[in-house]
Amino acid sequence: MSAHSTAIGVSSKRGVWGGGNEPLKASYGKLMMWFFLLSDIFTFAAFLITYLSIRVSYPAYAGPANEFVGSNEYWPIPELVFDAIPFVHGVHAPLVFVGLMTFILIASSVTMVLAVEAGHRNDRNDVVKWMLWTLVGGITFLSCQAWEWNHFIHGSEGGAVLKYVNDIGRYVTETVFGANLLVNEYGPASFANLFFFITGFHGFHVTIGVLLLFMVFYQAAVGVYDRRGHYEMVEKIGLYWHFVDLVWVFVFTLFYLI
Amino acid sequence: MDIQENKSTLNVVPKNNEKIKKIWKTALILLAITTAEFIMAFTMPRGILLYVLFMILTVWKAKYIMMEFMHLGDEVKPMIYAILVPIIFLFWLIIVLFKEGTDIFSLRWF
Repeated sequence: MSAHSTAIGVSSKRGVWGGGNEPLKASYGKLMMWFFLLSDIFTFAAFLITYLSIRVSYPAYAGPANEFVGSNEYWPIPELVFDAIPFVHGVHAPLVFVGLMTFILIASSVTMVLAVEAGHRNDRNDVVKWMLWTLVGGITFLSCQAWEWNHFIHGSEGGAVLKYVNDIGRYVTETVFGANLLVNEYGPASFANLFFFITGFHGFHVTIGVLLLFMVFYQAAVGVYDRRGHYEMVEKIGLYWHFVDLVWVFVFTLFYLI
Repeated sequence: MDIQENKSTLNVVPKNNEKIKKIWKTALILLAITTAEFIMAFTMPRGILLYVLFMILTVWKAKYIMMEFMHLGDEVKPMIYAILVPIIFLFWLIIVLFKEGTDIFSLRWF
């Protein structure tokens, strides 16, 4: 050891308590990404469990499906609320569009894991190719969600007749079209509120994810990771992107199936 | 000034087809479970049984995404536990808020 060193000398036989151990055998960046995701799991879980709690505090619609009309007295049947597809007007296609969105997000997760695999092999061309596919999947999913929101906000042609307290505090009975934070034609006000907040918060994560994916795609393409000597950034952003898919799996079940 | 040649200085490791096959297999399982959920939503009567089945299938999918896609299964044991054990707290939250929700239901409607 040199005379200038200020570090405390450690014996090469330091054992468990001598310091310098790596009990989790992961790099700092990867570890911090996992702990961030753990905190995000708690945030999303709080949202989704709140949904569950409010959902069971309302009676479910019990009549036959073909006579369903929206009301703030009971919780709607999801497959009758989300039954539209773009470009085809007036066709009853329950859950087809969200099913498609789910497939798109899972597919982009697969291409992401293939990019991570290519990164382990230092294969720049494959990383760039699979990152591009993941990017396409992410942007397609976001566009689908924008359409879904647009449809949800504008509502059906007939609307639904509801009794509710309007924005100037009057108890009114009138036909409501679409959804906002005060009232919606599908079900109780909480139904639309939870939909906007939870899918919105998820969509926000996807948006950030797409920006990060673009960053990785660009940096891989211009050779930043080659010069750095490893492709760990692909792996870290990959973790985030898989997490977004993981959350969507739960959102899909709670909002669209149950 | 010379144009910098963008050549990789790292050695490209050849593809391991085993690994890539495993990724596609996991993807197929995820797609199959989602399709099954989709079919169940239209063929089974709505009720507790269906909802419990949905939740089991969802957690099963989550397991595949975390263990295979996020490679948590390939990490060391302390790392796996550091991520999974804190999630136990959520079960408490589910039980408490489920109870709270059903109590509000009885207060509001009976």
